[in-house]
Formats: sequence, C-alpha cells, structure tokens
Amino acid sequence: MSQRVVVIGGGLAGLAASMKLAEEGIAVDLVSMVPVKRSHSVCAQGGINSTNKFTRAQGDSEQKHFDDTVYGGEFLNNQPMVKEMAYWAPKVVNLLERIGVPFNRSDEGNLAVRRFGGTLYKRTVYAGASTGQQLLYGLDEQVRRFEAEGRISKYEFWEFLGPILDDQGTCRGAVVQDMFSLELKALKADAVVMATGGCGLIYGKSTMSMVCTGGANARAYKAGAFYANGEFIQVHPSAIPGQDKLRLISEGARGEGGRVWVPREPGDTRHPGQIPEGERYYFLEERYPEYGNLVPRDIATREIFAICKSGRSVDPDTYCVYLDLTEKATKIKRQVLEHKLGNILEIYEKFVGVDPLDEPMKIFPAVHYSMGGLWVDYVKDTRTGGLVAGEPANQRTNIPGLYAIGECDYQFHGANRLGANSLLSCIFSGLFVAPGIKSWLKNMTGTAAADQPASLYEGALARHRDAYKALINSDGDENPYKLHRELGELMTRNCTVVRDNGELRETVSQLGELAERATRLKMTDKGNWTNQNLSFTRAVVDMVDLARVIAAGALARDECRGAHYKPEFEIPAPTATDKDELERKADQWCQRYYKQNQEWLKTTRASYTGDGPQLSYEPVDAAEIPPRPRTYGIVGAEIIERVWRERYLAKAETLGHEAELSASAGT
Amino acid sequence: MPETVTVRVQRQDQRGGRPYTQEFRLPYKPRMNVISVLQDIACEPRTASGEDTTPVAWDCACLEEVCGACSMVINGKVRQACTALVDNLLKEQPVIDLRPMTKFPVIRDLVVDRSRMFEALKQVKAWIPVDTYGDVGEGPMIAPEQADSRYPKSRCMTCGCCLEVCPQVNEHSDFIGPQAIAQAVLFNEHPTGAMTAATRLEALMGPGGISDCGNSQNCVKACPKEVPLTEAIAIAGRATTWHAIKRWFTK
Repeated sequence: MSQRVVVIGGGLAGLAASMKLAEEGIAVDLVSMVPVKRSHSVCAQGGINSTNKFTRAQGDSEQKHFDDTVYGGEFLNNQPMVKEMAYWAPKVVNLLERIGVPFNRSDEGNLAVRRFGGTLYKRTVYAGASTGQQLLYGLDEQVRRFEAEGRISKYEFWEFLGPILDDQGTCRGAVVQDMFSLELKALKADAVVMATGGCGLIYGKSTMSMVCTGGANARAYKAGAFYANGEFIQVHPSAIPGQDKLRLISEGARGEGGRVWVPREPGDTRHPGQIPEGERYYFLEERYPEYGNLVPRDIATREIFAICKSGRSVDPDTYCVYLDLTEKATKIKRQVLEHKLGNILEIYEKFVGVDPLDEPMKIFPAVHYSMGGLWVDYVKDTRTGGLVAGEPANQRTNIPGLYAIGECDYQFHGANRLGANSLLSCIFSGLFVAPGIKSWLKNMTGTAAADQPASLYEGALARHRDAYKALINSDGDENPYKLHRELGELMTRNCTVVRDNGELRETVSQLGELAERATRLKMTDKGNWTNQNLSFTRAVVDMVDLARVIAAGALARDECRGAHYKPEFEIPAPTATDKDELERKADQWCQRYYKQNQEWLKTTRASYTGDGPQLSYEPVDAAEIPPRPRTYGIVGAEIIERVWRERYLAKAETLGHEAELSASAGT
Repeated sequence: MPETVTVRVQRQDQRGGRPYTQEFRLPYKPRMNVISVLQDIACEPRTASGEDTTPVAWDCACLEEVCGACSMVINGKVRQACTALVDNLLKEQPVIDLRPMTKFPVIRDLVVDRSRMFEALKQVKAWIPVDTYGDVGEGPMIAPEQADSRYPKSRCMTCGCCLEVCPQVNEHSDFIGPQAIAQAVLFNEHPTGAMTAATRLEALMGPGGISDCGNSQNCVKACPKEVPLTEAIAIAGRATTWHAIKRWFTK
C-alpha cells in the first residue's frame, strides 16, 4: 500500500510543502497550470520578514513581529498561527540562505535588511527587487532535485477540476485535466493540498498573474470547503496602470527611502521637477510622523484616495500620486538604489518610458492580495500560545484530507497583510503542513486511496467529463471575456477601498444576475487541443461564485477593520478645544471601538449554496495580545491610545478569549 | 494615434501541423502591449477579413517580465510579449508580426514546448544539495561581491530567448544551450554548491556540452534580463578545462 499526496499549485507554498513531504519520504504529485517556475510567487518583489541579528540588537524579538502582524491585521488573525509563524521566521530564512537564494548582503557578509510597512524595524531580507522570483527559484530547484530522483512527479500544464470525496466526505484524490490534450485523470491521494494562491482576476485587472482566478479555490469551496474572510482584499497603494494588468511597484521602494507626495495646492499642474520642496505635501510623513511612508497598505491606500478626492491627484483621469526616488527627494545616490531596486526601476522604465531616478513615479492603488481564502483549522499549544507541530488538523479545511496553504488559505494576515509577510506565510505554511500530513497518513484508519473502489474514481471522472463536454459545446449568448470584464468593473467599483451598503446590496444582486448569465456562455473554440477558451470560461463561472462570497461578506460586516472600510460605520476622531470635552469624546470613541470588537471580532465563514453563499461566524483567538485602537501614531490620536490603555485595555483582554476557550474544550 | 492596429499571426492547429497566417484588425487603445492585443483577439476572434476563427493560443503568466512564459518572435525579434508595447512595435513596422519561437516544437499557435530547458537544469544539477530542511542554523556568510555576481545569473527565467538566437541550437545538434551553462556556474559559485562543482562541470563536458558553443555571442544580446551569459560560458569553459587536466593527472 503506497500512500501519496497531491499538491495543487507550485508557487512558494506548494513547492515548500512538496519538498518537505518528499524529504519525509512521502510520494508527491505536484499539479500546476503553469510550469511551477512561472507561478505567481515570481511577482513578489520586496522581501521576506524575520527577526534578525540587526533588529535584535535594537530590541526586536519574534514577539514583536507577532505583535506587528496582528496589529497590522487589526486583530482578526488567529494569534496561535501568527505566533508560530513569527517564531519560525528566522528558521525559514536560514533555510532559504542554505539552499542558495542570492540575498543582498551587508559589507560583513550578513543578510542585508530593509524596512517594510507596519513596523519600525528593518526586518526584511531581500534579493534585489525580485525576492519572490529568487525564493521561488530556490524552492523550485529543491523540488527538481527530488523530481530527478523520482520522488516527486510533476503535472505541469494540468488544471485542477475538483477534489474527489468518498461517501464519508473524506478527500481521496483530485480530478485534473491536461491543458493540451484535455485528457482527464483521477489522481488518487491520501491527502490533497491546495496551494493555489489568490483570486485577483475577479477584479478584472489587478497586480496578479493571469492564473490567479481563484478558480481552484472556488472548486474546493463548491465541493463543500468553507471560504473565510473573503471580504478582506488588499489594495496595494503603488502600481502602474496597463491595458492588460496593473503592475506592482514594491513597498521596498518606500523601504529604501522613496517618498510619497502631491502638490500642496489642489490643481497644481506643474511638472514635478518644477515644484519646490516647500510646495510639496508629503502627506504620509506629515500625518504619521512615526511610520511615515511605511504605514500599512490599507492605510496608505485610503490616504491616497482621500488626498486625490481633495483635488490633488497628479493624473487627471485616475487617483494618482508621486512616489519619488530621485536623489533630490531621497538624498540617496543613484547607484545605491539601482543596486537595491533594479528590477522595479526596470519595470517602470519599460512600461512607462521614464527613468524613476530622473523623475518621480506616478503610482496608483491596485488590487493585490486576498487575505481571505479557504478556511483552515489549527491546534493550539496552550503552553506556548503557538501551534502543536505534527497535528493532522493544522492547515486542514473542514473536509478531512483536504488541506490549504499559502495565499489560498485565510490565516495569518487578518484584516490586512503586512508587506513581506506573504512570502513568509507561504513558505511557513508549506513547511508546517508536511509533518501534520505525515501523521494523518500514518494514523489513517480504513483503506488508503490506492485501495479505494475503482468506482469512486470512475464516477468522479465521468462527472467532470460530462461537465467539460457540456461547457465546450455550450452555445449561449454570453461572451465569457466580456462577462469577465463586467465582473471586474463591478467588483472594482464597489468592493475595493471604500464600501457602501447600498452599493454592496446592488452588487450582490447584480452578481446573482451574472451567475445566471454565466450559465449561458458561448465558446468560440470547440476543439479538443490546447483549448484556452475552455479553461478561461470555466474560471469565469468560478470567479462569479467567489465574487459573491466577497460581496456578501462585505455587505454583512458593518464595521471598519483593516482593508474593509465602510465610512458609514467609521468612528469619527474625537475633536474638541476643551480638554475635558476631548477626554470625554476620546472615551466615547474607545467605548464604541470596544463594542465594535465585541460584535465583529470574528471570522466570516461562507459555505456554498446554489443561491449564493451562506454566512456564519466564528470567534477569533486574540487571547495573547488584546485588541487595541489601530492608530499608527496618526497626529491627534495620542489621547485615544492613552484612554484605551487606562480604561479599556484590561477589559479588552477578554475580547479574544472565546475561541481559545472553545479550542481547549476540544470543539 | 492610429485608430486600429493590424496584427499578423502565424498559427498552427496542432503539434506537427502546417503553419498558416491570419491577420487581425483591432481598435487601438493607449498603453497596449502584445498581451492586450491577444486578449482582445480572444474576446472576439474574427480575422481582418471578417471571418470567425478560434482564439489564438499563447503562453503567459505574470505580464511583468519575471516569469518567462510569453516569449515569442515579434516583428522578427524574439522577446517577451508583455514588455512589447504596441506604440514601439508600430515604429518598427506598420503591421505587427507574431510568430512562435522556432527552436522549440510548436504545441499550438504561439505556444511552444520548452521542456528541454527544464530537463537541462536536471542534467547540470542546478540546485544546492543541502543535508536537511530541518533547523540546523544559518547558511554560509557570503561576501557582497559574490552575492552580486550570483544575482544576475539567478534572474534567468527560462524564457528560451537565448536558445532561439543561438546558431548552435538546431535540429542537428544536442547543444544544451547558454541558459543551463549559466545555471551550472550559478551553483558552482555558491560555497555549498562549490563542493559538488565537479558533477556540474562533468555534465557540461560530454556531447552537447560547453564545447559546442560557437561563441556567436547572440545569447547575451537577446536575453531580456541581461543575464551575463557569455561571461558564464567563459567561466564554465575555463573551469571545465582545468577540471579535465586535473582529472587527467589524477587518473
């Protein structure tokens, strides 16, 4: 009886899981729509976070990385997951260093570090401005080593169509399709790991790669897996527009000294070089003296929206601000920035035709990351506050035998992800899932997948064959590409930076109509060879289903938290000239914030029905670090922080205990 | 600005099929690149003469020139479709010309089979053979100069442009190509990789190895990421020579 594991997706998470499973002696089938070396992780630019020797010398610790991450995620993260990840981070970086990732180095030969958003420490190590590419290649090479030994089998240019569940609802394999011959295969597996990334294409254009439709995630969701916190979508403050996609300009640009500004006077149309220093409004630096240009992404993006709404956008058609890397603004020599940021300077120059070291870049916000994803479990170690390694429940969805890791799961980042934490969460969850799966395989009761009745796999194949044949022959009146554009425009308009219940209600109903129209799609290619039309059209249907999860979750959540911002429920900042009056208003503010947490410090969990998602909620484990107002030291908020500390902090300690209590009761 | 863009695409329905050409005319949009042209064709696949056809198949992923997927021959020059901006292409010639790369078997239309490049990475053992993925501490200290020497080679995205322009890569030769040679050097330059340098050098010393390089230097000019390919080939050339002499003396 040989046991196998199928890993779907070969980005950082899928590769990390594959190599770790292979090292444990487990046979792996690795399935990917693209050669794994071309997975979307290549697009990550800035770096990966871990406490390091430099930050430690300044008083940093894993505990502070943990704190920064949950504060950045506005306490919606389950803390045991984050804590374990933060304490693992230095070990993850050690491994990356050992497998030969060409990180930038200090004069002494240590790993060079830069600062990223949402922290005051230089915790980020990097390889130029193409860190994701370099990490992906490092893991890809390790997987190739096992492939050469016959211990990992790759299925590249194969697409995941759905998990195979037995009568008890346990996952026993996956149906996959060759994207060239359209041949279907039922891969038998004792565990299936989803490592299928984000779903940015739901927004039409985003910073994501063309494979990031969320299609695979939707297929797991439609097979019964919960989808959690779908409404939390990160909009990155700095991208450049294009007809085909929005290209990211890394937060590392600000980490290396790049400064965001607009003309102080609204409507000032002078060339940026002609606007003197005194007439520039470095709004992030002025409003957030401590964090400056490196406030978390949700905040930077909202500030950019607000400043552009005030008439200061530097582009007449979009919400655009300057990101300035010129020596005049940064006082940093050209060669230094070329060395550290080469890749993004090149991208900007190739697409915009301007050298960003000569002239400030024009950047605008773009959909970038899905904090939400497939719901996964964990087992808390009540002694350490982290996780129990080797538990089969870690990273497991609600379907036994089906796991999710990396961006396609919902853990780690709460309501907003900090920069350079995604590469970490992908690799960490990939490495950490392996020992748990090993225990699952070892202690499996009943028969292994290899011994399941053939009818289980034949039945699954037949269902998927019928479905794809029906789709390929469909001759409706809806163009899938146009429907996708419509979906993208709708979602970008109503489910991004600023959200409004009226618009969301309208969106939910329009998505229902789109779902209905998506049953009448027209195929322009009915052939059985390398039919890209088929794969795309199938994904369009899935994207509409996930969009409904995002919109329904956003509509239901009546609060502001991290990336989810509804002005209607914003707690207005306390203002008063009289000291006592201000104190009283600050207290009111804290009281409302406390109540908001009582009501909304919980995970959204969507389950699929034919009529759209059904939502339920579960408590968040915020037992170790009690929630606190997320001000990032904005000017004027000092009083809120003091009042919270004095009167609410102790009370807040009970806010995140419910999940902990239910976890230790074994539910 | 023109109102329309005309694109000529070399198509092929299947492996080994006969290539044919189709022309498409599309509304011009600002900031168009070859990817958005192909997306627009996919949306409404109709030739310039008004006949309905199938969407053109092509390979792409990241669209920002880090994944290496979208290599094709554009206006006679191999490059990435994502960074090929329509405004620039129209300055080269009035009708944009798209063809698949010629050194790889065509799967369909502009999609080619580049698996030989990934096989070559196995052949030169392009990885660091670490003892364990367990927690055994930091990696070796590395001087900044050494990191700076490795990083440009590590940006190789297996796109195939260097093989496409190499005269030594052809139907009558087994030449492994510049990409794999540079990757062998990348790992030999790492302190841990250096311990197994001999196995990578030996992989480059057999038939189809480094001695097949004809020194045309086309590769380095075609590389979209400025990977120092000829420099790597020179390093590998010297190292294999020394390795051969050493092997001869210690036999």
